[in-house]
Amino acid sequence: MAEVLIEARGVTRILPGIVPTTLVRNIDLAIHANEFVAITGPSGSGKSSLLYLLGLLDLPTEGEVMIRQKATAHMAEDERAHVRLSELGFVFQFHFLLPEFSALENVMLPMRALDRLPRDAMHRRAADLLGALGLAEHGHKRPDQLSGGQRQRVAVARALANDPPMILADEPTGSLDSRSSEQVFEILRDLVVRHGKTVVAVTHDLGLAARMTRRVQLVDGAIASDEVARAAVD
Amino acid sequence: MNLVFDIAWTHVRSRARQTAFAVAGVATGVGFSVMMAALMEGSQQDFMRQLINALPHITVSDERRQPSRQPAEAIYAAAEIRGLTPEARRKGIKNPLATVGSLEAWLPGAIAPSVQTRGILRYASRDVSVNITGIDPQREPRVSQLATQIRQGSLTSLYRTNNAMILGDRLAEKIGARVGSNITVQTSAGARLNAQVVGLSHTGIRSVDEATAYVLLKTGQIIEQQTGLVNEIRIRVRNPMQAREVAARVEEETGYKSVSWQEAHEDLLSSFVIRNIIMYTVVGAILLVASFGTYNIISTITHEKARDIAIMKSLGLSERVVRSIFVLEAMLIGIAGGLAGFALGYLLCLGLGSIEIRSPFMDMTHLPLAYNPLHYAIALGVALFSSLAAGYLPARKAARVHPVDIIRGAT
Repeated sequence: MAEVLIEARGVTRILPGIVPTTLVRNIDLAIHANEFVAITGPSGSGKSSLLYLLGLLDLPTEGEVMIRQKATAHMAEDERAHVRLSELGFVFQFHFLLPEFSALENVMLPMRALDRLPRDAMHRRAADLLGALGLAEHGHKRPDQLSGGQRQRVAVARALANDPPMILADEPTGSLDSRSSEQVFEILRDLVVRHGKTVVAVTHDLGLAARMTRRVQLVDGAIASDEVARAAVD
Repeated sequence: MNLVFDIAWTHVRSRARQTAFAVAGVATGVGFSVMMAALMEGSQQDFMRQLINALPHITVSDERRQPSRQPAEAIYAAAEIRGLTPEARRKGIKNPLATVGSLEAWLPGAIAPSVQTRGILRYASRDVSVNITGIDPQREPRVSQLATQIRQGSLTSLYRTNNAMILGDRLAEKIGARVGSNITVQTSAGARLNAQVVGLSHTGIRSVDEATAYVLLKTGQIIEQQTGLVNEIRIRVRNPMQAREVAARVEEETGYKSVSWQEAHEDLLSSFVIRNIIMYTVVGAILLVASFGTYNIISTITHEKARDIAIMKSLGLSERVVRSIFVLEAMLIGIAGGLAGFALGYLLCLGLGSIEIRSPFMDMTHLPLAYNPLHYAIALGVALFSSLAAGYLPARKAARVHPVDIIRGAT
């Protein structure tokens, strides 16, 4: 069995309030290296909430999220930030690029925050990533000068900036037309198949989910089904 | 960190208009602070200069600080004598020429002996009580500005006739005398002599100009009815700020009361301290108000940039990095405002310096201004500090934002 990269143990998240809302309840989920996982379910079933918990963007009310067997509940906020920076890549439904910066600068942002490479190496790597995603000529454009699909690809390049083993995507194709959507999906699939990455994507598109290696279905914040389909990758 | 600077710079640059207003706010604060400080210190320096020039730096008089002790008290420790009138001492400084000679041996400056006396001037049925100073026209220019303050005639006109007299211009006006008028001087000792006005002086200080008359040393001695009398030695030291120390040494050597200009104007000098406190309070308030502008823009930017902050935090930028972005933005505004304020302050000073002002009490043709780098440094320091505080508060709040709260809202 491949290494377990992310593991949720009895994770429950309740939003406090006058009427407390349970987003997810008692989730046990282990994601292994090189899996291509779809989290599906109806609206409000807690798909995105689960993804944020797995990606350390949110803290569980109960339970524990382990990243590479390391407990994260007792980490300081900055420590969790550092894990996100070096181990995880995020792609959201909206591109969430910084509007004042060029595509290239946006991709370089996580590298500069991590500060492990010399400046010119960061620049080369960002250009290579954009080139690999077919954006070689668009590096110096700002997000508002790019199309929706191009922006989303820049966001993918940014998620890959620090070469994290895991990519978490929240409806990555949700705001794209079918052609761009197919392009972005192919890129994510490529990351798993050719580059050995692990991708967890929230989607409500069952057609796309069917083409992934594992489908976790949530209903009312709990896992309703979890099926592994090895064949889909090949 | 380089990244922090890039993001901060981009934020302030992409909000050029808002930033310009915040910078202008700080610049106005710094500019006016600099101007205020220049004006306050300028007028203070000008006042001191007048004070220093109007009077000798040190005045040695024939008084003593302590009343003389009875011989019995000096000899017997147990003796204490009360109710005795102290013995009448002969007026004047003992052996004035030798005293002046010994002071000249070490003192860094010039010395002039003089006679101070009082009398009543009578002219055209008007009586005015005046201070009469007997001077040596050769030595006087070395210890005072009198020679340059003579409006009509000159110091040497005192040699022209017997009992020649130079009057303060306001005094002359008061009694209606002019150059050439013959006036009567009534002395406290009961003597009376006729004098002729040979010149008018004008120091610009009203109290001096309306109650001072100058005569020759010899004439002063005649008025006091004591030949060879010198009851005041006036000293001008090379460095006026050393007057206090020099005065102390003179007093120690001669035993006579020796008053420096600082001691004579202790009350005025202490009022400068109060003035400075008032000034720095006002300047601080101006800069504080300017920092509200900075607070405003930084909190606006953090509100507008809430989504970007959430993105940066979700990518894994630490709270410290996010916070320093906005603090740095405030500092950039502070620095730009400070530098623009320097220019503004300098121009304001130039502008004020060119205004002519006339006053009936002093003839000051221009506002006195002091150009002191310290004023600029203080204004910049306060501006930077208040920008730092103004940026830190919203920055801290912004950096604490939970990324999910905003991402959830956006999707």
